[in-house]
Amino acid sequence: MTQATPSSELGWKRHSKPLVPYETSEKLGRFSLLAITLGAFAFLYVPIIVLVVFSFNSARTGAVWQGFTLSWYERMINNERLIDAALKSLVIATVSTIIAVIIGTLTALAMERYKFRSKGAWDALLYMPVIVPEIVMGVSLAMFFGLVSGGVKALVTAVTGVEPEVADVRGFGTLVISHVAFSMPFVYLTVRARLADFDTTLEEAAKDLGANEMRTFMRITLPLLAPGIISGALLALTLSIDDFIISFFVNGKGWNTLPIYIWSALKQGVTPEINAVSTALLLFSILIVTLSVVIQRRQQ
Amino acid sequence: MPDTPTADIGVELRDVVKKFGEVAAVDHVSLAVRNKEFFAMLGPSGCGKTTCLRMIAGFERPTSGEVYINGEAQGATPPFERNVNTVFQSYALFPHMTVAQNVAFGLEMRGVAAPEVKRRVGEALELVRLPHLASRYPKQMSGGQQQRVALARALVNRPQVLLLDEPLGALDQKLRKEMQLELKSLQTQVGITFVFVTHDQEEALTMSDRICVMSQGHALQVGTPVEIYERPNCRFVADFIGETNFIDGTVSAVNGDFATLKTAAGMPVTGRIGGGPDARPTVGANATVSVRPEKITLAEKAPESGVNAHEVRVFSVGYVGSDTRVVVKLGDANIDVWEQNSVSTLDPNYFFRPGETAWLTFKPENALVLTS
Ligand SMILES: Nc1ncnc2c1ncn2[C@@H]1O[C@H](COP(=O)(O)OP(=O)(O)OP(=O)(O)O)[C@@H](O)[C@H]1O
Ligand SMILES: [Mg+2]
Repeated sequence: MTQATPSSELGWKRHSKPLVPYETSEKLGRFSLLAITLGAFAFLYVPIIVLVVFSFNSARTGAVWQGFTLSWYERMINNERLIDAALKSLVIATVSTIIAVIIGTLTALAMERYKFRSKGAWDALLYMPVIVPEIVMGVSLAMFFGLVSGGVKALVTAVTGVEPEVADVRGFGTLVISHVAFSMPFVYLTVRARLADFDTTLEEAAKDLGANEMRTFMRITLPLLAPGIISGALLALTLSIDDFIISFFVNGKGWNTLPIYIWSALKQGVTPEINAVSTALLLFSILIVTLSVVIQRRQQ
Repeated sequence: MPDTPTADIGVELRDVVKKFGEVAAVDHVSLAVRNKEFFAMLGPSGCGKTTCLRMIAGFERPTSGEVYINGEAQGATPPFERNVNTVFQSYALFPHMTVAQNVAFGLEMRGVAAPEVKRRVGEALELVRLPHLASRYPKQMSGGQQQRVALARALVNRPQVLLLDEPLGALDQKLRKEMQLELKSLQTQVGITFVFVTHDQEEALTMSDRICVMSQGHALQVGTPVEIYERPNCRFVADFIGETNFIDGTVSAVNGDFATLKTAAGMPVTGRIGGGPDARPTVGANATVSVRPEKITLAEKAPESGVNAHEVRVFSVGYVGSDTRVVVKLGDANIDVWEQNSVSTLDPNYFFRPGETAWLTFKPENALVLTS
């Protein structure tokens, strides 16, 4: 134990004995900090841990542990509708990520390289979707696609003279467009951040050494921006896979993504199978984030 | 350069202007660099040196005027089609490539076959004495080593002209001196024209065959180091290169190659007419005499010849070993005089002391009358 002299060091004198000895109060302080921190961790992770644990519980309902089982995972794999939704999610995520990466990267390059009026405002508009509430974006996209559907219906009627029974543009296309809309700004931001400390004399050096614009881009610009592009892409991928609100507003008949499937399954009550699906989704997200961190680390 | 045979010219700027907005960074510059020459562009910060280099390399296009390489007008020829290579001040080594990959880049872009690339990269790294670091990445190397890689990366392409933008600027003093020698001997060895930008006058004087002194976008004078130092053509060049004293006055007599000025205090000062063939001072015009401190002598007694002999008061004396630097008062003006300590003595009476009077003299042929 250390000798206690801190009172005089702190510049005040103790005239009477304190109610609680100094060492004790210090310990108490430390303990309460520890307790609060642990509480925060518990608050964050206990529900998730419970979810994961119960995905291995053989009991169908209730909060009682009855034994370990993998049957929920087995059922998950054999649930055709669920697998179908997962595959749809994957396809939408892949397609929308590719588009978002291309648009986001090129936009970031253009915004960084060219000078024009009120650039700051344009820049702000580009990452606005990051802070626009998802529900607002969802409603606006739903309305917009509704209008487009109406327009298509009117057009088809005008051209063929027959009013179509259904004219709904919602489906794969609208899902992809919407996912690009909310994930592109993230790609834009990560690439822009990478560009901020990009040394353009490297490109000049490449041209000086005989590389034309295209080869300079492929051999110098792209490899140096790669970490930014990849982490932007992984971010876009996770965002797309996880998205519920916006997808819910713009999906058409038969285009249920995984989160939408989970939500609709939940209406029949929480089953351990849902826990299993959620656990799988969690694992997937963790994997992608880890990958993104590893890639960024390796570059530094 | 009317006396230069055009066939021997590697790079030429003809009446080149480069404006950024309203500001002319380069203002009607004409100069010609001979083949295999070590040509320095010297001037204070912001005078347009880098801009000139960038126009030769093709990164900027002149607002008006034209750049010629090998007698061919460059027009809008992009950098990757010009037979010049640049060594950047920041080196601009590709961080994601090894030293060998960096050096090989230019050859690969030109479609040189792989075995040939390998051989030439090896040779280039030998040349800069770095073959053992071929597989390192740039950030694992010191500044001097990076500098040499940048040099190898440019030289491996055997360009006709090598442009170097303050290549030694980022190095410490000692390394800088070493690299100056190395660079100079390398240039002789490879026989490539070097256009070398610097704002260090000593560097320019010791390394170059010829120097172009620039100020505010103008090329003021082009000449050998001796010409630039001994025959500066204007006040700026005289002041920028080395140390000098200016004695202002009005021209009172012009006599062949010499002119005499009267200072405000009425003292006559005579010097050689400088500033080029078309700069003839006229009687009554304002002019200045530039005389370098080492070309003035101080004596205790009045000299026999009365030309440029003035009685002065010693103001301060600074002993720096190789010479003694005396400041004297000529009227109101401070004049620097450097006297070489060619006699080894401990006698304090050998040196002037502040407050003493002395006679200052310099030969008219060692002073220059400048009108601009
Ligand atoms: N891209 C540009 N846009 C606007 N002004 C520029 C640009 N490049 C250079 N200038 C201006 O042109 C002038 C000459 O610049 P330059 O870089 O050629 O000078 P320098 O002689 O190389 O100076 P230093 O020794 O500091 O490198 C400067 O006043 C500079 O501010
Ligand atoms: Mg410069």
